[in-house]
Amino acid sequence: MQYQAATTTDSWRTTSNTGHYYHYNGYNYSYNYVPVKHYPTISTDPLERVAKLASQNAVVIFSLSTCCMCYAVKSLFSGMGVNPTVYELDEDPVRGKEIERALVRLMGSATAVPVVFIGGKLVGSMDRVMGAHINGTLVPLLKEAGALWL
Amino acid sequence: MNKKNRGDETGRNDTGFTDLGELQHYDAVDLSRSSVYNERNAAVVINNNNNALQFRPHHHMNFGSGTEMSSIGTGVDTGQFMMHHHNKSAIADNSQQTDTSTDIDTDDKNQFNSGQHGGQIVVDSMEGSMGKIGDPKAYVQQLESSRIKLTHLEQELKRARQQGMFIAAGASGDHNSVVGGNGALAFDMDYSRWLDDHQRLINDLRSAVNTQIPDNELRILVEAVMSHYDEIFRLKSIATKSDVFHMLSGMWKTPAERCFLWIGGFRSSEILKMLGNHLEPLTDQQLMGICNLQQSSQQAEDALSQGMEALQQSLVDTLSVGFTSSGNVGDYMGQMAIAMGKITTLENFLHQADLLRQQTLQQLHRILTTRQSARAFLVISDYMSRLRALSSLWLARPKD
Repeated sequence: MQYQAATTTDSWRTTSNTGHYYHYNGYNYSYNYVPVKHYPTISTDPLERVAKLASQNAVVIFSLSTCCMCYAVKSLFSGMGVNPTVYELDEDPVRGKEIERALVRLMGSATAVPVVFIGGKLVGSMDRVMGAHINGTLVPLLKEAGALWL
Repeated sequence: MNKKNRGDETGRNDTGFTDLGELQHYDAVDLSRSSVYNERNAAVVINNNNNALQFRPHHHMNFGSGTEMSSIGTGVDTGQFMMHHHNKSAIADNSQQTDTSTDIDTDDKNQFNSGQHGGQIVVDSMEGSMGKIGDPKAYVQQLESSRIKLTHLEQELKRARQQGMFIAAGASGDHNSVVGGNGALAFDMDYSRWLDDHQRLINDLRSAVNTQIPDNELRILVEAVMSHYDEIFRLKSIATKSDVFHMLSGMWKTPAERCFLWIGGFRSSEILKMLGNHLEPLTDQQLMGICNLQQSSQQAEDALSQGMEALQQSLVDTLSVGFTSSGNVGDYMGQMAIAMGKITTLENFLHQADLLRQQTLQQLHRILTTRQSARAFLVISDYMSRLRALSSLWLARPKD
């Protein structure tokens, strides 16, 4: 389902320039067909954007390039042979800050990052990821999301 | 009395001084407990045996803790020597020692001063008295050793004051719960108390395993050990917020334990490797569970280690900015503020490492049966206490 949604989004984006939408003026006695170039609105809600980005890849990490705990999380995954998709929020001048703020609200902690999504589902910060790995639930989750094959 | 020694990082004069001059004998238990205290200052071991005496003419002595040399001002090079707090009963054996002790009790200041001179007197009189005097020699040696101990305690007090520790000087009575105060000191005391309780629980567990009690009773004991481990992790997390460097340094552990220190504690993967053969017989599923646990804890440790390296590197970079430039105060303070922020990250890493340790133990407990868990906890505890015993033996080693 999530992957389907992802592809739909992509198709919206790629066809945004050519899509036409006919505006219907609802009065009974006159119909005005006015061709209007309508661009689909990219979601302005940062959390929605987060969810969208998270659903596009098996393992998604929101990170800051200067954050050492993020570095540790990335090390953990690459040590397991997983190749995560990493979004460095400080390298996104347009939306980085607002996504960071949204993550702070989402996680309820002072530090926004690192935040890990697997298979589009929120796993959490370093403590959750490590806890899942220790109690043996991380690897099945990764396999289910298609990030690990063994 | 042992409790006072071990927990007495405040360096209270009364308990410290009454321990002086007790040279006759010591027991291993005392050593292992007081090693926490002995950590903090160079300890002095002096045998009553004259030919094993540590002081020799022109003998170079360094205080183990290093930097407090200047405060003594003995004017002699000092070599490494150790001090132990021994049983009080030893005093009775030598009336001359008792005299020394009571002198010390009465007048602190004078004793400190004369202690400093005493250091010099040691060397001078040693040259003269070696091989000349018979019986009085023992008295003189022990007198001198007491003075050295005094100077040690003086150093410790000075250091304690510098670190801003609260020295009770016998004023406030109850020190069982150190509320607030210095995080490091409070934790050290809590830890030594925790260790006592732990030993008791382990002894109960051991006798339970040996007497083959039914599983449901054994499970209660195992659960008690497990939740007692949770307690130390809770204490560590509080102490980490208060003094991360003390927790990272592992100064609250014995030297041998500190050798194997990894981010402020034991390495889970190492413990699991050590447990390896002692858990048999294991079912296939259990075996796989243990293998997976070992692998995942190893991977988590590696990840945290790499994160720590990155953090250390970034701290170095922060502190290395602008050595050569004209460097205004604003820049300097800015860099310092950034560095302070990174210390918070250090706390996070220590917290994660402790979480890893706790979760590994919990997972181990989940995989194993009650009886296997009991055996595992016994093995782990014995291993740790062997490390502590090794530290004690090493601290007590004769030096010449």
